[in-house]
Amino acid sequence: MNFNFKHEWIETNIGLLAVLTMLAISVGGLVEITPLFFIDKTIEKVDGVRPYTPLEQRGRDIYQREGCYLCHSQMIRPFRDEKLRYGHYSLAAESQYDHPFQWGSKRTGPDLARVGGKYSNEWHVQHLTAPRSMVPESVMPNYPWLKATPLDTSDIAERMKALRKVGVPYSLTDAEYKANVAKFGETVAKQLHIPNAQQSLIEQANFGNYDGDRSGISEMDALVAYLQVLGTMVDFGKYKDDAFVNDR
Amino acid sequence: MSEQKLQSQTVQTTGHAWDGDLQEYNNPLPVWWVYTFYVTVVFALVYWTIYPSWPFGKGWIGGLSNITYVNSDGETKTHSWNTRALLLEDMNRAAIAQKPYFDKVAAMSYAQIAKDPDMNGFILSAGKALFSDNCAPCHQAGGQGVVGFFPNLTDDDWLYGGSFDKIHETITGGRHGYMPTFSEVLSPEQIDQLANYVASLSGIGHDATKAAAGNVLFHSETAACYYCHGADAKGRKEIGSANLTDNIWLWANVPAASSAEGKVAAIRSVIASGLNKGVMPAWAGRLSPEQIKVLTVYVHELGGGQ
Repeated sequence: MNFNFKHEWIETNIGLLAVLTMLAISVGGLVEITPLFFIDKTIEKVDGVRPYTPLEQRGRDIYQREGCYLCHSQMIRPFRDEKLRYGHYSLAAESQYDHPFQWGSKRTGPDLARVGGKYSNEWHVQHLTAPRSMVPESVMPNYPWLKATPLDTSDIAERMKALRKVGVPYSLTDAEYKANVAKFGETVAKQLHIPNAQQSLIEQANFGNYDGDRSGISEMDALVAYLQVLGTMVDFGKYKDDAFVNDR
Repeated sequence: MSEQKLQSQTVQTTGHAWDGDLQEYNNPLPVWWVYTFYVTVVFALVYWTIYPSWPFGKGWIGGLSNITYVNSDGETKTHSWNTRALLLEDMNRAAIAQKPYFDKVAAMSYAQIAKDPDMNGFILSAGKALFSDNCAPCHQAGGQGVVGFFPNLTDDDWLYGGSFDKIHETITGGRHGYMPTFSEVLSPEQIDQLANYVASLSGIGHDATKAAAGNVLFHSETAACYYCHGADAKGRKEIGSANLTDNIWLWANVPAASSAEGKVAAIRSVIASGLNKGVMPAWAGRLSPEQIKVLTVYVHELGGGQ
């Protein structure tokens, strides 16, 4: 058989060209992504990671609505300078309930993966309202409406149902609730139960009083509650510094 | 013209012709390009054997390149190349360079560190980096604080005490300021009298009659200010209550008010609304004991250490 390949076969056959082009450009994605679904160490086995409570989840929605991710990543890379500034590198396990995840390397502002607990609620409220009153050289916009806008808590159950459809273990049935009790403990499981969602949101906001104003629940309450939980779920003091080396 | 003619004789065309004479050459890829492509293929093969590249079953093939590091338990370990092992190796290397200093920090007392000029240089540079990353967002880059929010660390006024031990305690465990709301307990007139009395303690313009009434109220069981601020109004460091006699203001924004009336009004608003803020996070879990010790000395040296 005289097989003599000529590139003009491809170049003069638009259908073949389209199919081969698609194959060529999908290789890059397929070889990098597909194995992760089969490797059992993709998501590290680590204690403490749970889905966001209803209030935190509403804060996360506001975080996305305001486009915080355009300037802030939530992914600490395993480099010495990042470890010294931000803390332990991010684990895949820590964003397993994030939809969408907030990884990235585009940082106009600092990485926020471990901002939880680093500042007081009061600092966050003042900083979100008027960033330059706390950090004079900041280029962050002012978000004064967050504190003035009451939080809409009415649709939290619908939001959680949507996340449940993509795999977040918010419970709708008794069986799911019991599974959550076994996995996350009763206190957390109650907050992840969709029928209680609005009530537990209001309880957490009133108890935490994140915006320092007891007269109502504002969008600031939700956003600060979310920021204060970021990166705090895993207690790295329990693990050796090389505990996650074998996972990669 | 002659060159064009020559090419059209030696190079094939795609066979199409537009506008009568517009044709497309069908040149093969340049030889240099083809060979560069082959070289990249060979490079990839070599790379695949050195670095972890191939998924295998539920894991992957680690590759020939190894990294050796010492973990927190002092065990020397070797692992196939990855960025997490690389980080540990990198931290080991940095730790070796800084170790003599951090060992000294751990071993020396605060007084010894303060006296040692070599250690002072280390504290200044390492402390400044730590302070900028962790403390400056609230206390500002120079430690001057923000009136109404975060205390000034460069003066000699301390809510919880400015000794090495007290600063260390504050950084390690954090703080939470609290003062009750008096607007529900006292009348506006009483609050005004107290504000005038507090203003008089710092030599700010005030109404003497109101201040005298405020003095009585301050030491009475009705307002009971002296419980926390002390009978001499100089504050109690064990609970973090403010010294009201030194004309240094954290919560009431007295310096910003231009008139004496405005200054009294600033004090009045703090008495009326009280405080449930002044929260400083605990740093024990976030920073190492040596880092906290470095920061303690750094903050102590900012100006007002006692």
